[in-house]
Amino acid sequence: VSRATLPKVSPRRRRSDRIARAMLGAGTALALVPLVLILYYLLHKGLGAWSWDFFSTDPSGKFFGDPGGIKSAIVGTVEIVALAAAMAVPAGIGVALYLVEYGKAGRFASVVRYFIDVMTGVPSIVFGLFIYITLVLANTGGASFTGWKGSVALALLMLPIVARAAEVVLMLVPDALREAALALGAPRWRVVLRVVLPTALPGLITGTLLAIARAAGETAPLLFTATIVKGSTLDLGGPMNSLPAQIFSDVGQAQDRLQSRAWGAALTLVLMILLLTTFARLISRRSRLA
Amino acid sequence: LEAGSVTAPGGRSRLERPPRARLPDWILRWGLTALALAVLALIAYFFIRLIGESNDAFSRFGVFGYTFTNDWDVAGSKFGALPLVVGTLITSGTALLIGVPVAVATALYVTELCPRRIRAPLTAMVELLAAVPSVVFGLWGFFVLVPKLRPVEQWLADTFSFLPFVGGHVAGPSYFIAGLILAIMIIPIVSAITREVMATVPPDHKEAALALGATRWEMIRTAILPYSRAGISGAAMLGLGRAIGETIAVTIVIGNAPKIGHQIFDQGYTLAAVIANEFGEAASDPLHRSALIAAGLVLFVLTLIVNAIARYLVARGEHGARASRDAPTPGVAA
Repeated sequence: VSRATLPKVSPRRRRSDRIARAMLGAGTALALVPLVLILYYLLHKGLGAWSWDFFSTDPSGKFFGDPGGIKSAIVGTVEIVALAAAMAVPAGIGVALYLVEYGKAGRFASVVRYFIDVMTGVPSIVFGLFIYITLVLANTGGASFTGWKGSVALALLMLPIVARAAEVVLMLVPDALREAALALGAPRWRVVLRVVLPTALPGLITGTLLAIARAAGETAPLLFTATIVKGSTLDLGGPMNSLPAQIFSDVGQAQDRLQSRAWGAALTLVLMILLLTTFARLISRRSRLA
Repeated sequence: LEAGSVTAPGGRSRLERPPRARLPDWILRWGLTALALAVLALIAYFFIRLIGESNDAFSRFGVFGYTFTNDWDVAGSKFGALPLVVGTLITSGTALLIGVPVAVATALYVTELCPRRIRAPLTAMVELLAAVPSVVFGLWGFFVLVPKLRPVEQWLADTFSFLPFVGGHVAGPSYFIAGLILAIMIIPIVSAITREVMATVPPDHKEAALALGATRWEMIRTAILPYSRAGISGAAMLGLGRAIGETIAVTIVIGNAPKIGHQIFDQGYTLAAVIANEFGEAASDPLHRSALIAAGLVLFVLTLIVNAIARYLVARGEHGARASRDAPTPGVAA
């Protein structure tokens, strides 16, 4: 009985295999280097800036003396992003519902899908410009730069992200569920509101949180819509501070204390975003779909 | 069931709801359609307003004159955006050159080579990079990357000065640093899409290559890479779209010099950076403002083109996958 064996792999081929594998591994390691470095410097320089006063005082704006903390920036970011989510999430899920439940593969639905895709590719600064042109220049609401205009810019940025994530999740809802509900005599709107949406809820929350995390880190759209002020304000009708804008302004200052505040604020921002992303992943893991 | 029991006296089917009960259905359906329509209308409206507001600059300098004149002089009220366009292309090109090979290597390593146990954590770590905001990349780049890499860059510039676009005095903030940061920023998305595309390679192809005695690398080269080529190009194009539009990180590390640098280590400017930087001072000067909005429009159109190509390539990659999944297996083996 002859044993069928493959011809031995020649040394040359074995060597090139080993080299290629090593290079792929090295490439992966290389991709992780910046992550490690950024996290290291954030913790190293950011924690040093943290203190009770850092979170409990507003930036003073004084060139000499105490530069103050980042309270107004945190408050502003939370307010602006919350309002943006309140606008973008219902609209985004609504568009996705239209696409999945009514539009399906129709021509109008494909056009909508295409333009949602287009919106995902639009640079965030262009959304800022849109709002600057339409709302800020026109002094809509009696003021030029306001927090709510920043929210609108962020909402535009979030809308396509929410819509696309929601579409994917809604498509995962089995048709058998819809058919069962319809066969029991439920009208279409009840099927959508009482069967489809609750089934897809965890996925929708995940998509929403990821979109919020993305918007929270955006600077460019806020620069010329909400701008930067020092004090904490609950008034979305006036100019408003935000973490990214505060960091951007501090980076440009040639002062150690301001740069240190930028690192502290950056660490705060990254932690807020990581918290949201982790939360989103946990929820999606518990989803019954997919 | 008797036929008579289905039809109500009014001639309407009993199974049909009265018109009033169907109203919520009608509202939901057309309400959602109107919402979708409103989104389209909004995009169209913004686009028209963008064109309207940039009209000042375009009519003064001409569309081509604005885009391709090498003269951005705010004090002299001359706005030729070529240095910005060139800066955008250099930085995003550098980002692709550095970022795409690393991203593809990561995707290959994660899907084909790494032990199953570390696959999920590795993927999560690469995606963690996407959670870092642009302004934090800028902060890190400016205070860490610029000073630490300067000696390395100077050495590169001196050693490889025979190459085009390399040499001279290293400025600190530069095209290269901006490109490097952009490369880091596009790695997560390029790698994620590449991974998705590679997941569509039929296992038959990989197993066939291995059964014929191919080494792992030969399997990757002959089965995976040819199959996912279109998808990888699409992923790279999506990364390019991101890199072109990226603003704040670039603004912080590009040096903000509105001229075309001669070397990769020179300071420069990009379309997005100029908007972010000069907006404050431009509020009082309509022509300057219009020129910045025109820069936004050029940026917008540039990303539209790049993203359209990317979408086409990714879709083609996936169509290819679907077509050959449906094809009979003997055809693949032949």
